[in-house]
Amino acid sequence: MLRGVSLELAAGQVVHIAGSNGVGKTTLLRVLAGLLTAEQGGVSWQGRPVTASFEVYAATLAYLGHSDALKADFTARENLRHEVGLRRDVTPAEIDDALARVGLAGCRDLPARVLSAGQRRRLAMARVMLSAASLWILDEPFTNLDHVGVVLLSGVIAEQLDAGGAVIIAAHQPPAIPRHTVRCVELV
Amino acid sequence: MMQTSITQAMALIYRGDLILAFRRWEQIAQPVVFLAMVTTLVPLALSPELGELREIAGGVLWIAALLAALLGLEFLYRSDHADGTLEQMLLSGQPLALIALAKTAAHWTASGLPLVLVSPLLAVGLGVPADALVVLMTSLALGTGILSSLGAVGAALTLGLRRGSVLLSLLVLPLAMPALIFGARAVDMAIHGEVARGPLLLLGAMFVLSLTLSPMAVAAALRISQE
Amino acid sequence: MNWTWFHKLASPPHFYRLAGRITPWLGWPAFLLIVIGLYGGLVLAPPDYQQGDAFRIVYVHAPSAWMSMFIYGMMAIAAAIGLIWRIKLAHAVAAAAAPVGAWFTFVTLVTGSLWGRPMWGTWWQWDARMTSELILLFLYLGLIALRASIDDRERADRASAVLALVGVVNLPIIHYSVYWWNTLHQGSTITKFGKPSITFDMLWPLLVMFVAFKLFFGMVLMLRVRGEVLRRERDASWLREELTR
Repeated sequence: MLRGVSLELAAGQVVHIAGSNGVGKTTLLRVLAGLLTAEQGGVSWQGRPVTASFEVYAATLAYLGHSDALKADFTARENLRHEVGLRRDVTPAEIDDALARVGLAGCRDLPARVLSAGQRRRLAMARVMLSAASLWILDEPFTNLDHVGVVLLSGVIAEQLDAGGAVIIAAHQPPAIPRHTVRCVELV
Repeated sequence: MMQTSITQAMALIYRGDLILAFRRWEQIAQPVVFLAMVTTLVPLALSPELGELREIAGGVLWIAALLAALLGLEFLYRSDHADGTLEQMLLSGQPLALIALAKTAAHWTASGLPLVLVSPLLAVGLGVPADALVVLMTSLALGTGILSSLGAVGAALTLGLRRGSVLLSLLVLPLAMPALIFGARAVDMAIHGEVARGPLLLLGAMFVLSLTLSPMAVAAALRISQE
Repeated sequence: MNWTWFHKLASPPHFYRLAGRITPWLGWPAFLLIVIGLYGGLVLAPPDYQQGDAFRIVYVHAPSAWMSMFIYGMMAIAAAIGLIWRIKLAHAVAAAAAPVGAWFTFVTLVTGSLWGRPMWGTWWQWDARMTSELILLFLYLGLIALRASIDDRERADRASAVLALVGVVNLPIIHYSVYWWNTLHQGSTITKFGKPSITFDMLWPLLVMFVAFKLFFGMVLMLRVRGEVLRRERDASWLREELTR
C-alpha cells in the first residue's frame, strides 16, 4: 500500500499531506492516529513509540476522520458533551462558546440528523477545538464547508499552532493558514 | 482542565447509550414483542392445558428470551461503526475494555432488563406457579447478562461484515448453550418445587466469568475492526 | 534464551521448504500405521462380548473425536501466537487447521451415529459426547464462516484468532455443562483403558490408530499450510524463485 513514508513534526508546525485519490492519505493518517498498525516501522510521540502507552498518546490527539463522528439522534450540544466529555471535564458554557464560534449557536438543540453536511462538519470541528489536544490530525477537514467556513477553520488551525500545537491535514487543495507556512508532503 | 476519570467516562457512555436507545424505542420494544409472541404461539401449537405447558415452560421461556436478546445484539456497535463515533471511542484515551463494559451494561439495560421484567407475566400464562417466578427472573437476568457479554464479542467481531447478522447467531448461540442448560434447569426445578440453588450459582459463576473476560475480547475485536 | 530458531521457523520461505521436506515423513508412516491399525482392529481383535463386531467402529470414531478436540486446542495456541507476536505464519497454521478440525468433528459425528444405530436403535441420541461434538462442529463452522466473510486478510486473521481464543475458554464450560445435563451414558472410552473390559488385543490397534491419525493430521496440515503460504505470499520474490527452481 504505502511504502517509505517518513515524517517528523515539531510543535507549532502544520503539514499538508497531498496526493491523488487512492494514494493512501487516509491510510497514513489512520496509522499516525494509531487506528491502524503499520506492517513495518512505527509512530513515535515525544520520542516514545505510541504503542507503548497508547491511551496517553490518544489523549493528546484529536482526530477528524472522513465521517463527522456525530450521533444522529443527539443534539449538537449533546454530541459535544458526550464526545468531549470522554476526554475531559467540559462545562456547558465552553460548549456553547465553541458552538457560537463555528456558527452553530442557532442550532445547538437540534438533532444532528437535521443539520446540513456543512453544519455537521462545523460541529465536528467544534469537537476538535474542545478536545484540548496538542496534535490535530484532520482528514479532508474542508469538505462540505462554504467559503466562510473555510476561513473560519483556517483561523482555528492558526490559533492551535500559535498555542504550540501541531496539525496534520490531508486535503486535495493546499490549505492557507494565516501567519503560518504549510509544509507539504506529497504522496505518490 | 481535568482529564475525565474512567468511572465518569463509563457513566457518560452508559447514560448516552440509554438516551439513544429511548430515542429509538423500537429497538427496546422489538425483543419484548418477540418474547410475548413466541410464548403466545406455544399453547397454540401444543396444548391449552396448563399442566402440560408447565412441564416445558422453563425451556420455552429461556429459548424465547435468548433469541429475543439475540435480536438486539446487532445494534450494539453497528451505528457507532457507521457514524464514526467508534473511532472516537478508540481514541478517547480511556481504557477500551472498560468503555466496552459500559456499552454492554447499557445494552443489557435496554434489551435484557425489559425481558426480565415482562417474563413473570408470560410465565403465569404458561402455568408457572408464583413461587417459581423469582427463580425465573433471577435466572433470566443472569442469562441475558451472559448473552449480552458474549454477544458483544460477536457483535464486535462481525462489525461491518456483509453477512454479519447470520454470522452473529452462529458465533454467539453455541457459546450461550451452557447458560441455557443451567438456566432452563433452574426454572424447571423451581416449577417442580425444588430448590434451584445449584444451577443458579453456576449461572452466576458463568455471568461473572463472562463479564470479566469478554470486555477484553471486545476491545481487541474493536481494534481489529478498524483494519 | 536464543529465539533465532523460532524466528527462522516462522519465516514463510523457510517453513515452506521445511514443510515440503517433512510431508512424506509424516504421510508414509501415517499410511502404514493406518493399515496396521485397521488390520489389527478389524481382523485380529476379538469381537466385544456385548457389542459384537459393532464396536470396531471405535477404531475410527475415538481417534477422530480426540483429533477434533486436539486440533481446536492447537489452533487456539497458533492463534494466540499470531495475535501476541504478530507472526503471520501462525495465522496461516490456524487458517489451515480449522477445516481439517471441522472434518474430524464431522467424521466423529457420522461414525458415532453409525455406531449408535445398532447400540441405541436410532441414528441419533442426545448423548453427552455426541452433543458436545455437535456444538464443537458449530464452533468450527463459526470460525470458518467468520474468516470467509472478511475480505481483508489481516483483519480476518486477527478476528478469527480472537474468536478461537474465546472458543477455547468456553469449550471446557460447554463440555462440562453438557455432561452435567446428560450423565446417563457410558463414560469416555479412554477412561476404560484400565478396566478389564478392553483387552490388550483390542487396545493396541486403537493406540496405533491414535498415532496414525496424529501423523495423518500432521501431513495434511503441512500440505495445507504450504497452500496458505502460496496464497498469501503470491507476490513475494522468494516464491517465484522457489517455483522456477
